[in-house]
Amino acid sequence: MVKRRVTLGILLLLLAGLVVGIVPAISAKVTDVILATTTSTVDTGLLDLLIPKFEAQTGYKVKPIGVGTGQALAMGEKGEADVLLTHAPASEKPLLDKGLVTDYKLVMHNDFVIVGPADDPAKIKGTRVAADAFRKIAAAGALFVSRGDDSGTHKTEKSLWQKANLKPGGSWYQESGSGMGQTLLIASEKRGYTLTDRGTYLAQKKNIKLDILVEGDKDLLNIYHVMAVNPAKFAKVNAAGARAFVEFMVSPEIQKLIGEFGKDKYGSPLFFPDAGRSEDELGK
Amino acid sequence: MGVIGEGMAEALKMLATGDPEVWDITLRTFQISGLATLISVLLGVPFGVFLALKRFPGRGVLASLVNFGMGLPPVIVGLATWLCFTRYGPLGSLGLLYTPAAMITAQAVIAFPLVAGFTMAAIQSLNPKLRLQIIALGANRWQFLWLLLREARLGLLAAVIAGFGGVISEVGASMMVGGNVKGLTRVLTTAIALEVSKGRFELATALSVILLVLSFLVTALLTALQQHRRQPQ
Repeated sequence: MVKRRVTLGILLLLLAGLVVGIVPAISAKVTDVILATTTSTVDTGLLDLLIPKFEAQTGYKVKPIGVGTGQALAMGEKGEADVLLTHAPASEKPLLDKGLVTDYKLVMHNDFVIVGPADDPAKIKGTRVAADAFRKIAAAGALFVSRGDDSGTHKTEKSLWQKANLKPGGSWYQESGSGMGQTLLIASEKRGYTLTDRGTYLAQKKNIKLDILVEGDKDLLNIYHVMAVNPAKFAKVNAAGARAFVEFMVSPEIQKLIGEFGKDKYGSPLFFPDAGRSEDELGK
Repeated sequence: MGVIGEGMAEALKMLATGDPEVWDITLRTFQISGLATLISVLLGVPFGVFLALKRFPGRGVLASLVNFGMGLPPVIVGLATWLCFTRYGPLGSLGLLYTPAAMITAQAVIAFPLVAGFTMAAIQSLNPKLRLQIIALGANRWQFLWLLLREARLGLLAAVIAGFGGVISEVGASMMVGGNVKGLTRVLTTAIALEVSKGRFELATALSVILLVLSFLVTALLTALQQHRRQPQ
């Protein structure tokens, strides 16, 4: 009896010691850089490759917060992040115009694709113009699964509906309210169409039964910019760390890495590096 | 073999080969939830005892609030903690957002009502004559409390188990205030959510198995304490 009690006591003490061991590491450091970014850079594994290199080169510690582009921009707007990596140029411009962000730089692009079940009930396969494909889906009343979360992908989707002069709604249009990976799974289970970035689609491909049906339209370009939150507006941002991250993302060495990322696994790169180019040059 | 089978195999492999990242995440999960539980016990047990023993105006309201708090949605606690800890929020100057400290705070807030509520119930369910007896035997204030807590041991350990179980399985608040930063605030639940988004179901299943094993081991230890000398005759 006594022996058992001693054993339990020792175990408890050990566990308590283990628990308290985290105390020195629990709070933030001045070298922390908060990066608010879209889920696609996290879910494809790109940041897992780049961030350790940045940390080794500069000594900063990056905290990537993977949220939708809408939320990432909102965090930047309130000074709650130091640097942003997002993919919705039309929504990024107002922040730039208001001077809330600086060092706005083009990093890379890839493309969105419209995916759906192989039997393609709305017969959109091969359609050249994305907005036309959307029109066909709506006309057929075929199930479309939207992100519905104000992410960069959702913003692009909304602009395509607008271009098609349609207001989607009704039982054929469902909002998943979750990330791209989850949304693809839902669309696959329900045999619906969805708009996705190519990277997340390739990463999820083995789990889903969806084919790429429409691709290559200029409206489907997915453009990523990096930008620092303006320290002149928000005194609490880590300005030096943010600038270092912007410079890092557009440096030749990292641009080369971005261009090679995913080639070994998917046969083609997931992102195309664009530093130094202008947005208008893309898709030509 | 389906995803579940492969996940099981992967879990065994990762545990056996000592995959450093998995061990790191597992240890951190234990540390963060353990410390949060410890804090909630240090605050919740005295508060529960106080509610059980003291008569004062507003006691009924406080007791209802504690019982209500036992079912507090973690995601709301997460949002409230996030808003408090943001740079330009009321506690922003502490700079604690996206740190383990923020996660521990949120988890302690989630566990506190569980611990306090179970403690209150445990003390109240003791035979009221016991108190008189302890006092009659000449115990001072601290001896009185100690004996009472000892007698309520079963319920108190249930309180700790409920608190720990509540926070180690929680994902909404941890994701929001911790940010799921690799090597810093990534714990098993948030890692599982991430691996599902990445489409790596086998790894997500493996991490789930590890989470269940960790949760079971801690609960089993607490249960051993609780059931000590309580075997049915």
